[in-house]
Amino acid sequence: MNATVDAKLDARALAEYLCAQDNKDLLRFLTCGSVDDGKSTLIGRLLYDTKLIFEDQLAGIERDSKRFGTTGEDLDLALLVDGLQAEREQGITIDVAYRFFTTGKRKFIVADTPGHEQYTRNMATGASNSDLAVILIDARKGILSQTRRHSFIVSLLGIRHVVLAVNKIDLVDYSQELFDGIVAAYREFAADLGFQTLQAIPVSARYGDNVLTRSSNMPWYEGPTLVEHLETVDVSDNLPDMPFRFQVQWVNRPNLDFRGLSGTIASGAVCPGDELVVAASGKCARVKSIVTYDGELPLAIAGQAVTLTLDDEIDASRGDILCPPTSRPEVADQFQARLIWMSEQALIPGRRLLIKIGTHTVTASVTGIRYKTDVNTFARLAAKTLQLNEVAVVNISTSEPVAYDSYRANRPMGAFILIDRVTNLTLGAGMIDHGLWRATNVHWQAITVSKETRAEIKGQRPMVLWFTGLSGAGKSTIANLVEKKLLGLGHHTYLLDGDNVRHGLNRDLGFTDADRVENIRRVAEVAKLMVDAGIITLVSFISPFRAERQLARELVAEGEFVEIYVSTPPSVAEERDPKGLYAKARRGELKNFTGIDSAYEIPENPELLLDTISRSAEDLAEDVLNFVKARIDDV
Amino acid sequence: MQTVCFDKLEKSRYLKRLEDESIFIMREVAAEFKNPVMLYSVGKDSSVMLHLAAKAFYPSKPPFPLLHIDTTWKFREMIEFRDRLVAERGLTMIKHTNPEGLRDNINPFEHGSNAYTHIMKTDALRQALDAGGFDAAFGGARRDEEKSRAKERIFSFRTANHGWDPKNQRPELWNLYNTRVKPGESIRVFPLSNWTELDIWQYILLENIPIVPLYFADERPVVERGGQWIMVDDERLPLQPGEEPQMKSVRFRTLGCYPLTAAVESAAVTVEEIVAEMLVARTSERSGRLIDHDDQGSMERKKRQGYF
Repeated sequence: MNATVDAKLDARALAEYLCAQDNKDLLRFLTCGSVDDGKSTLIGRLLYDTKLIFEDQLAGIERDSKRFGTTGEDLDLALLVDGLQAEREQGITIDVAYRFFTTGKRKFIVADTPGHEQYTRNMATGASNSDLAVILIDARKGILSQTRRHSFIVSLLGIRHVVLAVNKIDLVDYSQELFDGIVAAYREFAADLGFQTLQAIPVSARYGDNVLTRSSNMPWYEGPTLVEHLETVDVSDNLPDMPFRFQVQWVNRPNLDFRGLSGTIASGAVCPGDELVVAASGKCARVKSIVTYDGELPLAIAGQAVTLTLDDEIDASRGDILCPPTSRPEVADQFQARLIWMSEQALIPGRRLLIKIGTHTVTASVTGIRYKTDVNTFARLAAKTLQLNEVAVVNISTSEPVAYDSYRANRPMGAFILIDRVTNLTLGAGMIDHGLWRATNVHWQAITVSKETRAEIKGQRPMVLWFTGLSGAGKSTIANLVEKKLLGLGHHTYLLDGDNVRHGLNRDLGFTDADRVENIRRVAEVAKLMVDAGIITLVSFISPFRAERQLARELVAEGEFVEIYVSTPPSVAEERDPKGLYAKARRGELKNFTGIDSAYEIPENPELLLDTISRSAEDLAEDVLNFVKARIDDV
Repeated sequence: MQTVCFDKLEKSRYLKRLEDESIFIMREVAAEFKNPVMLYSVGKDSSVMLHLAAKAFYPSKPPFPLLHIDTTWKFREMIEFRDRLVAERGLTMIKHTNPEGLRDNINPFEHGSNAYTHIMKTDALRQALDAGGFDAAFGGARRDEEKSRAKERIFSFRTANHGWDPKNQRPELWNLYNTRVKPGESIRVFPLSNWTELDIWQYILLENIPIVPLYFADERPVVERGGQWIMVDDERLPLQPGEEPQMKSVRFRTLGCYPLTAAVESAAVTVEEIVAEMLVARTSERSGRLIDHDDQGSMERKKRQGYF
């Protein structure tokens, strides 16, 4: 009760202290381990050793140690952290608890998470806001399947810094040999988990060895103590250096004269005068001012909660992403993600639910489970549904396009939760890998066997021979002849024919303009893959629109695209009518037929123009061969 | 002279991070809920919360009213401070006292602190939240205050009867808060979850936030009761045999109902001096809260019932 202290401390000392506080940064970390590993004891030890335990709390612990304690006469430090009554009675930790402590160098927020497999979701919760993980191992038991599970989840959530705390080292006679063996085994299986730093420390949470103070029992250990390492490890992310991303959270409109967009900067930096676009709409404006209660700012960076005013009243509201026009996030309605299922009720693909990405909530469904991962063995398994705590790679489809970046590149832009539309429960949490249908993503995959090496083994230079023209112009006839000739010369070829592809890959598409665009887009993508595989690819498609032919051209490298216009006057093509389609169209039985009631845009600068009136198909095929032969052989 | 030094201090990276996080949380509530309210207890945490709300929505005013549960046993200076603040800032404040409790003259002496707290605080809060039809209520609780609070979500779901099920909380990942509720259900939101007591004081200092004078030491009439100093704030405090009010230089680390809130001896009359005291303090701030001591796990039980 006698709490009066000499408060009249030297003013300068106090100011210095506060300045030092000010320069401290924050490290958020989680501890993972199971009941018996001494996780709660370790956190209790950290709080106790850093003098964060007050006298009255200590008295409470002494009282509780007698009642619930598992340490005999000693103080049970775990009781400091096991908050909920049920946990204290069962002697286990069942939720995430947050603890706070400070040392001379840093402030810490610790997420204490349960270790059992049925609490995987709780661990993921703790990991989602952590920069580092302390993974506990019982020195007597070594690496268990739970160690693998914890490491996997830590890696899944994108944590790059790990401390391997080999606890209870006092119970194995402080054995260096044992410690070294555990560390070597751990490094081996964790090699693929993407950890940037991995510090192994032998500790005794119960007695404090190598927690705050160096242990005299282990002179062989020369690394840092746990606290030393936590105080100094560099976990800074590069979000401020990433492209600017601003998730509009709330439209700030106090009166008719002010319209601001309030939100937190997810990544990058912004200054007044910067040009920004709304990712989904492409609408563009400049930043007029960065408004805060403490005055307007000349610059704001990742993490800051600000209000932006723009020089133009563009349509932007909650859920929109503002970004620079030169570096935009992906905008798509289908993407691939890693998902942790957190509900007792199984995931059924196809069922409608809500997805919340940043500040944007839309309806969505999981359209397919690519595979689930056994969190203990990392094995990939086929799955039709997902149960509580299962982890999978899935495809997700949203009711409208959403803007995002991959979670790996930009955590705040790639994380999401799934919510049940009826019960409102949080069903799962996920991390976006990449969009589906996006050609750009092909480049993200590091491929060691290159296009060049594939082409080399075939002794040819791959390319696309794109035959375009009216139905009945003779595209397929000529393309067939060209392919036979190329094959005769020992080349590897493939022919993509319009009608054939429409029976398979594109059978869901009709003949509206939108479907024609999609039809060509898909074929262009397939042709691109074929070229990537080293194959000379012949494409015989009406492909009536210039824009799509241009798209196909741009998908492959310069010089790999040969546009061949098979020219036939419409009247001649209609007269030939090999499949009777013109007649059908004339009778009105066929809608959107190119040349009748759908346009054909004649190529402006094709590499080759084949006049089917004056010459035979055989001659024209020979022309094509002559044109491409020199290029194909140029390996 | 100390103030000069502190004026030069920039807000720390750490406090700025906490401030940004709190602002994000408040905006999320304003954007996602139909009818939010902010619990205002007049204490220092409420003062900080209100200050953060001013920042979060500037230049707009916070788009929600304040709610004060008046047990009628608050310190007089708290009520004066509250009324002055409301007048000065033009705030919308709802004040509520449990009418049945008032009628039955429920007080901490005759009915015990448990029953009193339940009726005058927990029940009163439920009544006010129901009457206002609020779907979200901000509270100033921090995770460092008490063990069961360390596990509290930032967005903490409550059933239609305001119940809290600690074993069945919604997972809360990143800053993606699930704000969905059905009619009648609500969410308690704790924007100061990650602040510590020291952070609060440093922030008050750096931001020059007005707080109730009771936090500063002054000569006040107190009696010693159960090893703690209880202030004789008005004539309603029944003196026990042998109790003689005496003037002592005391202050309060936490503020609640005066018969249930113990003072500490102190000479700290500025925020700087309070911070200096804190640095050597050896008792936690809730030790001044008599209701927490009823028995171990008491806070968890109160929270399940709807206490803030």
